[in-house]
Amino acid sequence: MTTATPEHSALAEAPPQEPVASSAHRALSSPWASFAAIVIAVLWTIPTLGLFITSFRPASDIADSGWWTIFTNPSFTLDNYNEVLNGDTALSTYFVNSIVITIPSVLIPVSIAVMAAYAFAWMKFPGRDFLFVAVFALQIVPIQVTMIPLLSLYVDRGLAGADAPGGGFYTVWLSHSMFALPLAIYLMHNFMRQVPGELVESARVDGAGHVQIFSRIMLPLMVPAIAAFAIFQFLWVWNDLLVALVFAGGNPDVSPLTVRLAELSGTRGQAWYLLSAGAFVSLVVPLIVFLSLQRYFVRGLLAGSVKG
Amino acid sequence: MSTGEKFAQMFIAIALFFGVVAVILLLTQRLRSRRGELVQSAAFVLPAILLIVVGLLYPALDTIYQSFRNAAGTEGVGLDNYKHIFTDYNQIRVLLNTAAWVIIVPTASTAIGLIYAVLVDRSRFEKFAKALIFLPMAISLVGASIIWKFVYEYQSTENAQTGIANAVLKFFGFETYRFLLNQPWNTLFLIIIMIWVQAGFAMTLLSASIKAIPDDIVEAARLDGVGGFKLFRYITVPSIRPSLIVVLTTISITTLKAFDIVRTTTGGNFDTSVLAYEFYVQSFRSFDQGLGAALAVLIFILVMPIVIYNVRQMRKLEAR
Repeated sequence: MTTATPEHSALAEAPPQEPVASSAHRALSSPWASFAAIVIAVLWTIPTLGLFITSFRPASDIADSGWWTIFTNPSFTLDNYNEVLNGDTALSTYFVNSIVITIPSVLIPVSIAVMAAYAFAWMKFPGRDFLFVAVFALQIVPIQVTMIPLLSLYVDRGLAGADAPGGGFYTVWLSHSMFALPLAIYLMHNFMRQVPGELVESARVDGAGHVQIFSRIMLPLMVPAIAAFAIFQFLWVWNDLLVALVFAGGNPDVSPLTVRLAELSGTRGQAWYLLSAGAFVSLVVPLIVFLSLQRYFVRGLLAGSVKG
Repeated sequence: MSTGEKFAQMFIAIALFFGVVAVILLLTQRLRSRRGELVQSAAFVLPAILLIVVGLLYPALDTIYQSFRNAAGTEGVGLDNYKHIFTDYNQIRVLLNTAAWVIIVPTASTAIGLIYAVLVDRSRFEKFAKALIFLPMAISLVGASIIWKFVYEYQSTENAQTGIANAVLKFFGFETYRFLLNQPWNTLFLIIIMIWVQAGFAMTLLSASIKAIPDDIVEAARLDGVGGFKLFRYITVPSIRPSLIVVLTTISITTLKAFDIVRTTTGGNFDTSVLAYEFYVQSFRSFDQGLGAALAVLIFILVMPIVIYNVRQMRKLEAR
């Protein structure tokens, strides 16, 4: 008895080492805290879940009753998806447009940025530091500031409009590439500088030129960084509305899903059987990317959070 | 254009681009002399510099110039466009709304993200719980707006409800409410959409920095008898202060530039317009180039100090 007491109090006074988060967590993990966490999680999930369920309900049911009645009165259909993809709304066309817009808008800026970042990190040329600081500083330019002059430039050069080369896709590709560059160069440069200088130096001593070092040493080492930024840029382009609205100029041959959905929300704002299915057609690609590449996704998002 | 033609155009563009890149690399790879290396550097850097000058630098300067000119850009009007923004009744409404967005969205998203990060930290379902909150980040703002428009859907009280928000009101015996129409609270309901999207970002970044707090700090605090909420208030929050600032500033910047939610839900009607949406309307709907340019420059001016502060904090974070 008497020997047990001191032991016990000693344990109580010096608890096992424990990171701050878990003790803060313990402090807050009363039943109320768990309740709060569940409330937040439910509040965050219900809006998406509601629309998701709605997209599988018959159009007449959607107008007459709430989606939660599905649990007492279940009836499902795929008609909404068929209608929204192949009917007047023609979302399948816009889905293709989104893909055609997104792939070059990721490949081009990433490639150009990796090359420029290599030059800024490992090549010597006059004005290098000044140029790098200038590129870095241009990150603060919001894209709104560039839009009107850029659009008139495209029009003057004959790049905009239905008769333009590439059917008008070039304006969208170019704009996304330009807007991505400052951030992409900055991030890639940061990663490249983390590669030990001795690696580059010894390759130089062995007679390798910059092109060999770039393609044989740097590119393989940069794969995780490139993947992180590419995923971030992919989602940015896929989810973008402003650039597409301005530079696709309402041309249905070039406009992506977001433009069409926003338009539907205005003109057919009560047609929830279309809007719900349409929203999930546009969500499915980013959701797949999110679920399969979550680790890279988070990293890219954190790295690219100041873009735009 | 048919689907096939579109893909053809895409492959042509990609092939063209990588062809040019390959030629640049092949042509310059044999260059070893000092002059040769200079040419090589130019080949690596110039494409990027050229695109940035054409796509960002020149347009930005031109927009600043245009902001001192009239609607058609034909003659100078001095500061009239800016005067209009700060005196016109509608524009003042826009500025007030923007202020509400930029104050409420970052604070609310960060608070919710922080609380949630602490609550689920090291719990059994941490990964799943985090994914639920983070999921909205993957959704476009247009998609998020449609999701929430459905939440806010209005039916008069006696009818069956289709929007869950009004169903809850009716369940508790209140009259149903036009969330997107009734001023001034409709702006708040639009702001909630942005909070819903951004909380996941806050949570992810803050959760990472909570996990990075060194163990000895908390050990020392516990030896001093600090625990519970005090530990959260005096140890956790100060330790992640730099991350908190980065999160707050980043979300402010994003919020200032976002126009998608306003455009998709209300189209700027019912006094809900914000700066970024007003820029779009004046530039591409009303074709008032001068005013549009002035609004863009105003966004630029408002964003600039936040970005600079954000970058400095971020560098501090990276240096640690």
